[in-house]
Amino acid sequence: MKDYEVVIGLEVHVELATKTKIFCSCSTEFGGAPNTHTCPVCTGMPGSLPVLNKQVVEYATAVGLATNCTITQNCKFDRKNYFYPDNPQNYQISQLYLPICRDGYVEIETEEGTKKVRIHEIHMEEDAGKLVHDDWTDCSLVDFNRSGVPLIEIVSEPDMRSADEVIAYLEKLRLIIQYLGASDCKLNEGSMRADVNLSVREKGSSEFGTRTETKNLNSFKAIARAIENETNSQIDLLESGEEVVQETRRWDDTKEYSYAMRSKEDAQDYRYFPDPDLVPINISDEWLEKIRSAQPEFRDEKRARYVEEYKIPQYDADIITLYKPLADLFEDAVKEGSSPKEASNWLMGETMRIVKDKNIEPDQVKLEGSAFSAFLKLIQDGVINKTVAKEVFEAIFDGGVDPVAYVEEHGLKMDNDTDGLKKIIEEIIEKNPKAVADYQAGNKKAAGAIVGQTMKATQGKANPQMINQIISELLD
Amino acid sequence: MANIISDETIEYVGILAKLELSDDEKEKAKSDMGRMLDYIDMLNQLDTSSVEPMSHIFPVNNVFREDVVVNGDDRENILANAPEEKDGTFVVPKTVD
Amino acid sequence: MKLMSLTATELGKKIQSGEVKVVDAVNEALAQIEAKDDTINSFVTVNKEGALKKAEEVQKLIDEGKLTGPLAGVPVAIKDNMCTTGILTTCSSKILGNFVPTFTATAVERLEAAGAIIIGKTNMDEFAMGSTTETSAYGITRNPWNTNHVPGGSSGGSCTAVAAEECSFALGSDTGGSIRQPSSFCGVTGIKPTYGTVSRYGLIAYGSSLDQIGPVAKDVTDVATILEVIAAHDPKDSTSVKREEYDFTSALVDDVKGLKIGIPKGYFGEGLDAEVKDSILAAVEVLKSKGAIVEEFDLSLIEYAIPAYYVIASAEASSNLERFDGVKYGYRTAEYNGLHNMYKKTRSEGFGEEVKRRIMLGSFVLSSGYYDAYYLKALRTKALIKKAFDEAFAKYDVIIGPAAPTTAPEIGKSLADPIKMYLGDIYTISVNLAGLPGISVPCGTDSKGLPIGMQIIGDCFSEKTLIRAAYAYEQARGGYKHCPAAE
Repeated sequence: MKDYEVVIGLEVHVELATKTKIFCSCSTEFGGAPNTHTCPVCTGMPGSLPVLNKQVVEYATAVGLATNCTITQNCKFDRKNYFYPDNPQNYQISQLYLPICRDGYVEIETEEGTKKVRIHEIHMEEDAGKLVHDDWTDCSLVDFNRSGVPLIEIVSEPDMRSADEVIAYLEKLRLIIQYLGASDCKLNEGSMRADVNLSVREKGSSEFGTRTETKNLNSFKAIARAIENETNSQIDLLESGEEVVQETRRWDDTKEYSYAMRSKEDAQDYRYFPDPDLVPINISDEWLEKIRSAQPEFRDEKRARYVEEYKIPQYDADIITLYKPLADLFEDAVKEGSSPKEASNWLMGETMRIVKDKNIEPDQVKLEGSAFSAFLKLIQDGVINKTVAKEVFEAIFDGGVDPVAYVEEHGLKMDNDTDGLKKIIEEIIEKNPKAVADYQAGNKKAAGAIVGQTMKATQGKANPQMINQIISELLD
Repeated sequence: MANIISDETIEYVGILAKLELSDDEKEKAKSDMGRMLDYIDMLNQLDTSSVEPMSHIFPVNNVFREDVVVNGDDRENILANAPEEKDGTFVVPKTVD
Repeated sequence: MKLMSLTATELGKKIQSGEVKVVDAVNEALAQIEAKDDTINSFVTVNKEGALKKAEEVQKLIDEGKLTGPLAGVPVAIKDNMCTTGILTTCSSKILGNFVPTFTATAVERLEAAGAIIIGKTNMDEFAMGSTTETSAYGITRNPWNTNHVPGGSSGGSCTAVAAEECSFALGSDTGGSIRQPSSFCGVTGIKPTYGTVSRYGLIAYGSSLDQIGPVAKDVTDVATILEVIAAHDPKDSTSVKREEYDFTSALVDDVKGLKIGIPKGYFGEGLDAEVKDSILAAVEVLKSKGAIVEEFDLSLIEYAIPAYYVIASAEASSNLERFDGVKYGYRTAEYNGLHNMYKKTRSEGFGEEVKRRIMLGSFVLSSGYYDAYYLKALRTKALIKKAFDEAFAKYDVIIGPAAPTTAPEIGKSLADPIKMYLGDIYTISVNLAGLPGISVPCGTDSKGLPIGMQIIGDCFSEKTLIRAAYAYEQARGGYKHCPAAE
């Protein structure tokens, strides 16, 4: 077999985090009974007209700036005409001729070092509704709640050469967009979706092979599997002297197999033309500058700063900055006076453990910065000890719980009653002559047994520092 | 007639426009479209090489809406005219095989 | 008293003074519809119960002094391509045969807020595609001046409803002459405002970049008064323009001294009926005698407007009409085999011949490989036409010409040859391409007794100049000439 190389380009759709749809004032909130977030505009009623949501332009521009694109300061919307029931007007309002962002790139880390993946363009468009197939009646049911939710489509150049690079690129986009607050970028919930354009060619060839497009990939696992499958099937075709057919395929996640989406009714001739119902967009230099100056600190800068300014280990900084919600928690806590190391320890340790136990992604953590800060302060002020702290942390982890009130309600404050504690320790010393003898013979570790029993006797509420101090007073 | 519209073209445009024409209608459409295009070809007499296409008459731009939810649940109205409805959705023939 | 023979503003005054009750006006309109509409067929839907109920509400508000405007209590007919909550809105198409909108077009909403009473929805060419009101799925409309003749179109029903005195005034829409040409054929006054002046929200689109709603009435005072009510910036229509002022009635002044009128030579050449020509030139003489300065000039590119228009309007229409697919509203074919067959059968059965013709043409000119050659070429031509008007308006305040080459043709003579029919739009179409305002004012009848209209065209946002010129002419011409059949 010849030596092949796979060439991959991506079309990534990202749902923007606006409150309302792109062309009407309906809510973009997820869920809701079918068609309860709809109006004449997003259901294509005769006579209705679109009016553009300004926030969509700002988010799209912000993403373009963060991905090193040139912003098309005079851009406009076009109609993409095709019939499908999830598309109420039977045209989608999108951008073909003048997309809002062009010619950008992001850098990804690969085994061979840093690599640039070029972005051909980013355009704004409206999402389609949802179709549910009713197997009993041989019908499909249309829900337009998602119809008109704003999307950006990020079109890369065919610069990726492996599934790993594709995933690194997607991770990079996710981080940038999450840091901007422009989307939550959840593949599994559909707020980030990738279509993979893939072709293979003999290594060293400068020409591209015929490509296929695979749609409906909603997890990194699906993307990796689809790339593997498609690569193998294209190589098989070429090896057996056949030709790859340019086509669009749809990935079936349960069968881990893609099938061609072809129909003679599907002419793929979208008859794009400028939408006469919408006026052009002009992004002035001032406006552009305003968006640029509002750009947040991105991951790479943040990561470097955490090590430099807060002196936390590089590894900790890597992990915490990988997820915007964790970085936010970290910064909130530090701002409120927590020790960076303590804050980082809780994020790296307990947080990751609970995330793993709950089988969620770290960016789904709902703990509020205020609760996390108050929690760390309880530890720092000696109000709770480490053992109790773990219990409190679990209690506040899902959000909505005030740690101070929780500690109060559950009687979890550390016991700082010295005389009472002294009495308990005296009793324990009497019952443990061997430990006392070992300790007094110079084996300081033997105090551990006494400490442990004291904690047990106080139901974990004693102040460990105080215990050590009393032991020292009584035995040294 | 300069513009001869083929059967294939009429068939193709019918797919794009989702119109099914009878054989008679197809013949008529071929001749109508051919004549219209002949007439439209008159525009080729104009030199427009240095003219920008004009979509909008007025140089109005940046007509925006603020990102504020105004619309509530209007489902009853939205479905009021549906040819076929089920559980708050529009019913269509099955879209996948 | 024949209340429907009054102008809208005359009736409005009598209602305000208490001389006339709203319900009497509404009943008289309904009675006239009852008497005339079997023959004329102005209406697709008569809103009898709704109008009577509204009459009571409006009368109460007038009595309480809460509705003091000139149109309060006045019956209006609405072209059937404007959405009206709870009232069937068909676009004179089978495909919307059962469509009852759940919202109201902004222009209609403004009329209702001013107290006007919707008496019914008027017949039109299907989806406003046509010049004769013969392409309606609900029967042809006849010209009340001679029922063997068409009323023009596409706002034919709105113009006949006014001429036959079945209402006090009407709203029409104009994409390529659809207010001005039927106004001319029916002997009434109609104005197509500058693009963006009246909101298009709720107007079921034909050619979005060309469509404008406008009033049809008995005289210039009426159309200025109505325009003042319906024109406003609308945040729901992105192409709606914020104008500096909306005070059109202040232009009702009998003074054209020094007004510079341009007469495009090309508008009076070959193809123009001699009687129409004489009648309009005589009207121009009237204005000249009142102190206007009249000059002939060459308006270039007239002949290119029609092909450019049919490319742009058909392309936009092919896209605008995609939403009629049997899924969300309107007609769905009875039997089908799968999704695409449902689409095709629904649309093929639901649309009429002319609509299908334009959808096919529009889909073709936008299809892969033809977009530049046809669509962009047409948009470039549009830019040239706009430039030609800009040059003309640098010299003239208004341009005067016919609204149509002939008076109303006989029924059944137009549809057979589409191109010939399209050529009839030559004087009106370029106005839409350039977004200009135009008004058609009755200026006589031909030897067959059919009305002739003079079209006055102004630069963008110059409605007040048009209104002043039209009003001054009207003062000299004399009051509204009633159609004999309205008796």
